[in-house]
Amino acid sequence: MSQVCTGSSGAGGVRRSMGHLSDRTTMLTCAVLVSAAVLVVGLNLLPSDHALHVGDATVSLLGKYFCYMLLALAVDLIWGYLGILSLGHGAFFALGGYAMGLYLNAQGTNIDGWQAWLGHFPLMALAVVLAPGLLALVFGWLAFRSRVTGVYFSIITQAMTFALMLAFNRNEMGVGGSTGLTRFSELLGMPLNSHAMTVALFVASVLAVLLAFVICRMMTTSRLGRVCIATRDAEARTRFLGYRVEHVKLAVFVVSAVMAGIAGALYVPQVGIINPGSFAPLFSIEVVVWVALGGRATLFGALIGALVVNWLKTVLTTEMPDAWLFMLGGLFVVVTMALPQGIAGLAASMRRQKGGAVHE
Amino acid sequence: MSETLNRLRDMARPDRVFDFMVPDRSPVDVRHGPILYMEDVTVSFDGFRAIDRLNLTIDDGELRCIIGPNGAGKTTMMDIITGKTRPDSGQVWFGSRHNLLRLSEPEVASLGIGRKFQKPTVFEALTVFENLELAMAGDRRVWATFMARLDHEGRARLDEVLETIGLEAERDRRSGVLSHGQKQWLEIGMLLMQRPRLLLIDEPVAGMTEQEMHRTANLLNRLAGQQSVVVVEHDMGFVRSIARHVTVLHQGSVLAEGSMDAVAADSRVREVYLGAEEERHA
Repeated sequence: MSQVCTGSSGAGGVRRSMGHLSDRTTMLTCAVLVSAAVLVVGLNLLPSDHALHVGDATVSLLGKYFCYMLLALAVDLIWGYLGILSLGHGAFFALGGYAMGLYLNAQGTNIDGWQAWLGHFPLMALAVVLAPGLLALVFGWLAFRSRVTGVYFSIITQAMTFALMLAFNRNEMGVGGSTGLTRFSELLGMPLNSHAMTVALFVASVLAVLLAFVICRMMTTSRLGRVCIATRDAEARTRFLGYRVEHVKLAVFVVSAVMAGIAGALYVPQVGIINPGSFAPLFSIEVVVWVALGGRATLFGALIGALVVNWLKTVLTTEMPDAWLFMLGGLFVVVTMALPQGIAGLAASMRRQKGGAVHE
Repeated sequence: MSETLNRLRDMARPDRVFDFMVPDRSPVDVRHGPILYMEDVTVSFDGFRAIDRLNLTIDDGELRCIIGPNGAGKTTMMDIITGKTRPDSGQVWFGSRHNLLRLSEPEVASLGIGRKFQKPTVFEALTVFENLELAMAGDRRVWATFMARLDHEGRARLDEVLETIGLEAERDRRSGVLSHGQKQWLEIGMLLMQRPRLLLIDEPVAGMTEQEMHRTANLLNRLAGQQSVVVVEHDMGFVRSIARHVTVLHQGSVLAEGSMDAVAADSRVREVYLGAEEERHA
């Protein structure tokens, strides 16, 4: 117990030392995100023989990174602030992705049955929110009501995503079996591989990250955010103060799951495929590594972590495909041993040293 | 539209159909004297009688110290009052209106009984101010908590409590860096934010320095009068410095009650508790 407390109050320490910069942090992160997006779109507009031209493929790749950043944000919200380590967030991501995949699949072809319903954009949008949201609601209600916490919760989230992977692998599910859904042609009447669509999806992903970041920021800086931190560090004490800890956890968990679902829905058209691999337990664990590397309970740390790890993954899997899993494992070990507060914590402690221990 | 909906919702509320489901939120009634009344309370754990036909009354605004050797049932007594443990028999009333044995832990807390545990558990990652803010009485539902803003009245109450517990200077410091004594005061402050009528305080000065003990004594003395305070304490010097009225528990029932001097002179008390204490000190 005491060990858990020290660990988490350490993460809280990061948050605190940034506390009085709260609005500057929000503004700064939003400014960086917006300028990055403007830069990418601007460089994409340059003639293709220009030295600084950014091709459609790169724009699409960056769009994918932004989807991962949104997923990392979702995980940081519940892990960093509530101490709930979900090792199954890939499931919510994949459910959102499948809703989008089924929609794309139904475009330009005649499909019967329940899949046809998802061929309508508003219904698909509803499914992207409701499928992960309802799963999180039912799963979270059962788990939190029974006061399942800590490593036990992590294990059952792994079981959940594994069970879904097995289910989605079955051809009888009607969602493409083990190959999943692919060969999409168009979205909202526009071909998916067109230049305009690539840029539009990239911009949509950036906007989604921006919106989610602001919402997370609003939640974590409100009194609810402080109740979350209190719950993370001393759950019984928070309950004794009269807060319905289960309700707080459930609400934040559902918000987080919906964010993950939206990330999945934006991911699928940019990658062009969704298959049961997204439900794989390993993927969900990878997401946790992104957040751990970036720094828990900072939100912007999750964004940095997702970007850095996925960029590394892209580079390494093309250069040295065999080395990647060793790198990932090594990263996790290094972060746990040497950087318990991640990149964000490192930056904060460097600033504190420069400032001559002004805080506290 | 929404009005119809509200009316429908009202009709469906179980407490509107069955009278006994209406939560009794009426204020505590102390016109007949005591704020806490325990009669013939007995609890056994696996045959061991932790509390044995205990009778105890606390008057409104009183500061009462409860002493007794280890295993005398002090903590169990607090557990019964706060609804954590249910007695096998007996009665516990808060004022003359509320039967505490029928209420759950949160209900007892919302009636105005605050309890401070031995080990200070403040939220270390939050500042002193934020700790007090979380403890403030108010709507604790998720959406209300998300939308909550500190109003003028709340801020005034916060400042008032900060001043009472003497932590104004530590207001924006992370509570994790406070000293042990300061954490204890902060926790008392968190209880005060809920405007309790009765405070149960378990060993407030364990591990405190002489100076901190002195400040704690002043704090508790100031609190009495505005609310009733029950202090369970081992440290006899401390009890002597604050107590006007002392109850000695022994083997789950009251052994003696009265002023500190009268109690200290009681031969049975000397035998089971004070004598042993003095021998140990000698």
